[in-house]
Amino acid sequence: MNPFTRTGAGLLRPAMAKAGYGVWLATATLGRLPHLRRRFRALLDYTYLAGVRTTPVVLMVGFFVGMIVSLQVGIELARFGQQESIGLLVAVTMAREMAPFVTCIILAASVASSMAAELGTMKVQDEVTALEVLSVDVVSFLVLPRVLALTLAAPLLTLFADVVGILGGGVIAVTQLHLDFSGYLHNAREALKTTGELIPLPEDLYVGLLKSTVFGFTIAVVGCAAGLQTSGGARGVGETTRAAVRTSIILIIIFNFFLGKALHS
Amino acid sequence: MIELQQVTKSFNGQKVLDGLDGTVAAGECLVVMGPSGSGKSVLLRHIIGLLRPDSGKVLVEGKSVPDLSPEELRALRRDMGYLFQSGALINWMNAHENVALPLRETTDLGEDEIRSRVQRVLALVQLEQAAEKFPSELSGGMQKRVGLARALVTEPRIILYDEPEAGLDPEMSANINRAIRQLKEELRMTSVVVTHSINCALTVGDRLAVLEHGRFLVEGTPQEVLDSDMPRVQQFLGAKRD
Repeated sequence: MNPFTRTGAGLLRPAMAKAGYGVWLATATLGRLPHLRRRFRALLDYTYLAGVRTTPVVLMVGFFVGMIVSLQVGIELARFGQQESIGLLVAVTMAREMAPFVTCIILAASVASSMAAELGTMKVQDEVTALEVLSVDVVSFLVLPRVLALTLAAPLLTLFADVVGILGGGVIAVTQLHLDFSGYLHNAREALKTTGELIPLPEDLYVGLLKSTVFGFTIAVVGCAAGLQTSGGARGVGETTRAAVRTSIILIIIFNFFLGKALHS
Repeated sequence: MIELQQVTKSFNGQKVLDGLDGTVAAGECLVVMGPSGSGKSVLLRHIIGLLRPDSGKVLVEGKSVPDLSPEELRALRRDMGYLFQSGALINWMNAHENVALPLRETTDLGEDEIRSRVQRVLALVQLEQAAEKFPSELSGGMQKRVGLARALVTEPRIILYDEPEAGLDPEMSANINRAIRQLKEELRMTSVVVTHSINCALTVGDRLAVLEHGRFLVEGTPQEVLDSDMPRVQQFLGAKRD
């Protein structure tokens, strides 16, 4: 084997093995959905951790993102005397792109990392092995409630980010672009009125919510898969946590592009 | 009954088990001693199906463990208990919930029956008062005893102990050894005990084997092994006696 092949194989094989494990875990988790009744209590606990405890950060970041979009786009629109359209642009940008994207980046950094660290610590301390020895279904017991909690929490948090982002944009519209707040809100509401053909909801809104549902599921699977593949003690847990956040963010960006393209067309 | 036939296992090119042969009869307690890193825990992990041998056979109750499907392996493990060196308790569950876990997850028993069984095994390891405590509130020895209670609560026919008395004070070590002996005698459990303690070997073992270089150097009753004239065995056990 020549050095290039050897180097390529050395880099790609572990990555492919990890990707394969992630796909298997995602499929296995979906296959455990009938176990949901038994995991309901754990689901509530993790939804609280993933959703409620992340809400303040999402609200604050969402508000500022709305203000940034409004300021940057508003300044350009004002040059052409089109600043009245700022409500439309902020609403559509927040609903389709910024709210799901920013919310899920926050979830990747906070929740996926904590899932990877928690399961990674359990793995290196033999707790996961103990569950296997006790014939406990590890995917159903550990992974299903975490994945489902984040899959449900992500679109809810995105909805909150949509609302505060539009309000943040409104603050800039009033203070910097000297627009009327009710006019701004009317403009934003009009922008979100177009309903989809399949689902009778504002199209831009459900495109964003659909994206964040996919991102939430992906982040949780990546966090759990990284945690369950941890080895090498405390150092391994640290590496696992870093890898979970890195992989989650990369996948969010890639999926965002392809989902955006598919849902737009 | 447990049978090991020519079991070989390597990690990163280094042979840990090298053609290991051994048998544990039903109801018998085999104690395995050996230097650190000689493969004692690896041996236990083969018996319970956590590791697959590179070659050779591992048979439990006549079933080839490496060849079992995941469902068959789960069914076999329901008849087996395993005490981890560290206890390996689930950190967000209290002692009662940890012990109840295998019953809640793998049986259809009602909560009353589960509570009664958990209380019985916690009493056996003298931890009835600690049922509501979480692992972080328990000492290392107490965690190990909760781990033992969890291994016993399903009333397994085979139980594997990975250094059951490590990290315990002498009095608690003696209590654990007595509990293992009692379980073997009263419930006729087949057991394999990995230990560094000669006291443990003499208290609980029907047979003693010394593992080194991937094979049993010597096997026999504890007294036969202690009386062995093999220099390496005497060197190892002599150091343990000191």
